[in-house]
Amino acid sequence: MIELSHIEKRFGEALILDDISLTFAEGSVTALVGPSGGGKSTLLRTINLLELPNSGTVRVADDTVEFSPGRKTPWPAIQKIRCETGMVFQNFQLFPHRTAIENVMEGLLVVQKWSREKARARATELLTKVGMLHKADAWPANLSGGQQQRVAIARALAPSPKVLLCDEPTSALDPELSAEVVEVLGQLATEGTTMVMATHDLRLASRIANNVVFLEAGRVIETGTAERIFGAPEQDRTRRFVSSISAAQTL
Amino acid sequence: MPHWLQLMYDSLPTLLWAGIRFTIPLTLLSFALGLALGLGTAVARLFGARPLVLVARFYVWVIRGTPLLVQLFVIFYGLPSLGILLDAFPAALIGFTLNVGAYTSEIIRAAISSVPKGQWEAAYSTGMTWRQAMLRTILPQAGRVAVPSLANTFISLVKDTSLAAAITVPELFQSAQRIVATTYEPLILYIEAALIYLAISSVLSSLQARLEVRFGRYGGMLEANP
Repeated sequence: MIELSHIEKRFGEALILDDISLTFAEGSVTALVGPSGGGKSTLLRTINLLELPNSGTVRVADDTVEFSPGRKTPWPAIQKIRCETGMVFQNFQLFPHRTAIENVMEGLLVVQKWSREKARARATELLTKVGMLHKADAWPANLSGGQQQRVAIARALAPSPKVLLCDEPTSALDPELSAEVVEVLGQLATEGTTMVMATHDLRLASRIANNVVFLEAGRVIETGTAERIFGAPEQDRTRRFVSSISAAQTL
Repeated sequence: MPHWLQLMYDSLPTLLWAGIRFTIPLTLLSFALGLALGLGTAVARLFGARPLVLVARFYVWVIRGTPLLVQLFVIFYGLPSLGILLDAFPAALIGFTLNVGAYTSEIIRAAISSVPKGQWEAAYSTGMTWRQAMLRTILPQAGRVAVPSLANTFISLVKDTSLAAAITVPELFQSAQRIVATTYEPLILYIEAALIYLAISSVLSSLQARLEVRFGRYGGMLEANP
């Protein structure tokens, strides 16, 4: 389980996340939606501490890190949380100087200190799962965007994280390539992978997510099941947002 | 055999020996040490605390803003006034190392900065430390960007080592000067010395090309987004 309590994040004067408290149950898939600049990405990146909140508590499984202004967070605590979370980025961010399979093995070798054989076996298993084993020895530059993102998903899953974080995983892809990524993520969801994703992609959110969190201006406006938020939102603001993106995507 | 060819033939072993004994070791040693110094300086400027950044900037400013020949004279002829007496070879080595360090630090700094910020984040999100991210993710990509410019510095350095003649290092160029002093054939001897420098530079250029292929095998950075 993941728990965020009273998370506050500022960039200089700007308040980006304003007292956010959320829990994500094991096996749940949550979509963070909302207008650009609303804080979705920052909130997501707070879970694996790529952004350090100014105050609040982040808990992933059994590890808790507390933040308060003026106090430095010890590195081991940060690293522990990062090892229990996997991250998928909007623009993939594969390591271009490593082949597909080396990308998946990298964290296992360097951080988890696995042997090469063990890491290779694990990477092979994951590449098979995302349907990319046939490109195991390809350089990322020679893969399509959808293929790169599937390798990136395998890389994020390598150390068996407690949660998979996806930051706009399909936004950099055309509809056809995005479909193959949605399919892989959908399969992971069915298998019970806990996921949190920031997304604009209604197809992705409605197909995979059980829960939806609607964020605007650094605050949680509404939370609920995907059916309710997309079908019958309570807040007026949520309703307007949902109808605008569904209109845009059915054009 | 014509006179000029005979002269070149006779002097060749002496010149080559001076090259092997002094020019090449001076070049290789000062480039290796200078590269380490340049990397340290670049990292200090990019990631160091404020005082360290200022020290690094001061160092680069002084070395790039003064002539190499003057630097060598300060080290070899100037420092003895402060009680620091150095032999010619170590004095030259220190001078060239400082010089290479200053120039390569700027190249390395730019190369490190050119790696997209997302690569740091990708490395961090796997749990890597700063050091692991730097060594395994950032530097290999920065290296690829830096190779052509570093090779340029290296080739310049081979030629610049001829300045060591002015502080009594008996390297290739000084050997040529000595032979000229006895044979009075400056044109032939200096052209011969120039041809040897040209040969060394050509070998290095071909090594550079091979290194670029090796670094370039993965086909470029994926995107330039910050």
